[in-house]
This record gives sequence, C-alpha cells and structure tokens, in this order.
Amino acid sequence: MDLRLEVSERGEWSVVEAGGEIDVATAPRLREQLIALVNDQRYHIVVSLEAVDFIDSTGLGVLISGLKRVRTHGGRFALVCTEPRILKVFEITGLLAVFNVCSSVDEAIAPEAEADEVAP
Amino acid sequence: MTAPTAAAGDVVELELPARPEVVSVARLVIGALVAADPLFDEERSADLRLAISEACTNAIQAEMKGRGDAPVDPDAEPIMMRCVLADGQIEVAITDHGGGFDPAGLEAHPEVTSPDRLNYEGGLGIPLIKMLADHLEFQPTGDGTTVVMRFEPRTPGLRPVIGSVNGNEPASGEG
Repeated sequence: MDLRLEVSERGEWSVVEAGGEIDVATAPRLREQLIALVNDQRYHIVVSLEAVDFIDSTGLGVLISGLKRVRTHGGRFALVCTEPRILKVFEITGLLAVFNVCSSVDEAIAPEAEADEVAP
Repeated sequence: MTAPTAAAGDVVELELPARPEVVSVARLVIGALVAADPLFDEERSADLRLAISEACTNAIQAEMKGRGDAPVDPDAEPIMMRCVLADGQIEVAITDHGGGFDPAGLEAHPEVTSPDRLNYEGGLGIPLIKMLADHLEFQPTGDGTTVVMRFEPRTPGLRPVIGSVNGNEPASGEG
C-alpha cells in the first residue's frame, strides 16, 4: 500500500492529510513534505492520521522530526488521530505525552489548543 | 522475492530482497498467517504486523548500510523471514546479512518526554518489539543477525512506556 498526502491551508495552518501506510518505504515522502512546508515558512502544521492504516517507528521518527523542525521556528505542530490502533502506537511509545494529539483538525487549529506538547 | 512455502501447514518461509518496499509484504504475510488462527484477534494481529515491520526495517537498513565499504546487493543477499505457528503461539525469525550488531551496545536515549528526545528520531523500533513480543532474542550469524520473536495470542498488558525502558535499556542504531 502507498502513502497518500494532501496538503491544504487553513489560515496560518497547513493541514497535511495522510492516508495509507507510513513505514520505511513511504515515510521519506512525509518527511520531504514537512520539510517543504517549513522551507515555505509554514510553521504551524497539522498532520491528520485519520486515514492512516499503519504507522511504525520510522513514521514516528518523521513526526518527531517535524515537531522539532517547527519548534525551532516558534511554530506549532499537532496530530489528528482517533483510530485506536494508531493511537496505541503513540501510547506504548510514550509519545502521547510528546505530541498534541487532537480528535479533529478544527480542534488542532483552535486558538485554545496552544498548550501543546511538552513544556520547553 | 520467492513465494512463501508452507510445510505441515504451520511454517512459512519468505525470502525478500533487502529493499524498503518489501516491508509491507512482510506485514501482509504475517497478517494473513494469523488471520487463519482464531486465537489471534485483530488487535494482536496488529501487534504482530508492527513488530515484524520494525524487525524487517532493521534488517533492511542493516543490509543497506553495507559491510564496511561494500554495500550489500539486496537481491544477492535477501533477508529471510521464517514463521512457525505451533502450540498456540507464533515464532517469527528474521535474518539479515548486515554484518551484525550488538544490542547491548546501543546508544542510550533521553526519556521520551524529555525535550532532548526530539534530537533522536530513531531508537524506537527495538523497544517497540520488546513491548509487543512475549520473547525477543538476537542471534548473531556468520555475517548478520537473526531476530527471533515469539508471540502468544493474548495482548499483554501495556508495559512501561519506552521512556522508562530507555532508562536501563539503551536503544538506538537498529531500533
């Protein structure tokens, strides 16, 4: 299975909707997409994993990298994920405490969602 | 890639070129294998697919790094995946020719909730396998490593998160 990526803009936020599988074969495309957004000075990024069927540690690494990248520019990084099977991967790796995981894009980009991730 | 071969209905062996695209094939195979066993529910099947994905990724990356200055030909030196479904559990062995590694020598990572953790993208794979498998061992071979994982049907209770695992079991490199 492949990885599908669709990018849209919601004000200052860029929304990356991912679908399919994120593993060692496909994660580089997500990494390139996130780098491209930051290079375009899009520092507020939401990655929706709602249509993702599978993610492993390679995918998690790319998301960690994205979070780090936007933070260096004072940006915000959020994930949208409600699928229990995908949430479990974040839970057992402890990454639920690292990422701002929201249940919808609207929640992720809402002003009150600013208290994201771990304290610097 | 060669077709899976089954013996006595409970052994599947698969030879895969050491390329990233085949990791999804390994996941498909393990998913199909456990789907035939009612003892393994959908959640446990997802655990297996994730663990096998991690192990195959490590095997492929080890081979892609090559041995010394000589990169390994992924077709000449495929990775092997052997699954044995017996006695209500499944054992999966994945063998690479990546030159071997010392799991005890892996670099320690900061706690997962530490801001410093963001400097480390890797290192989650082996801790993930440790949490998902009921048994995990690394067997050095002549020119690489065989990772042996054993899974029982029920989902084990969630063990400590990787951050605390890292405190005494460093993880990186092939992770």
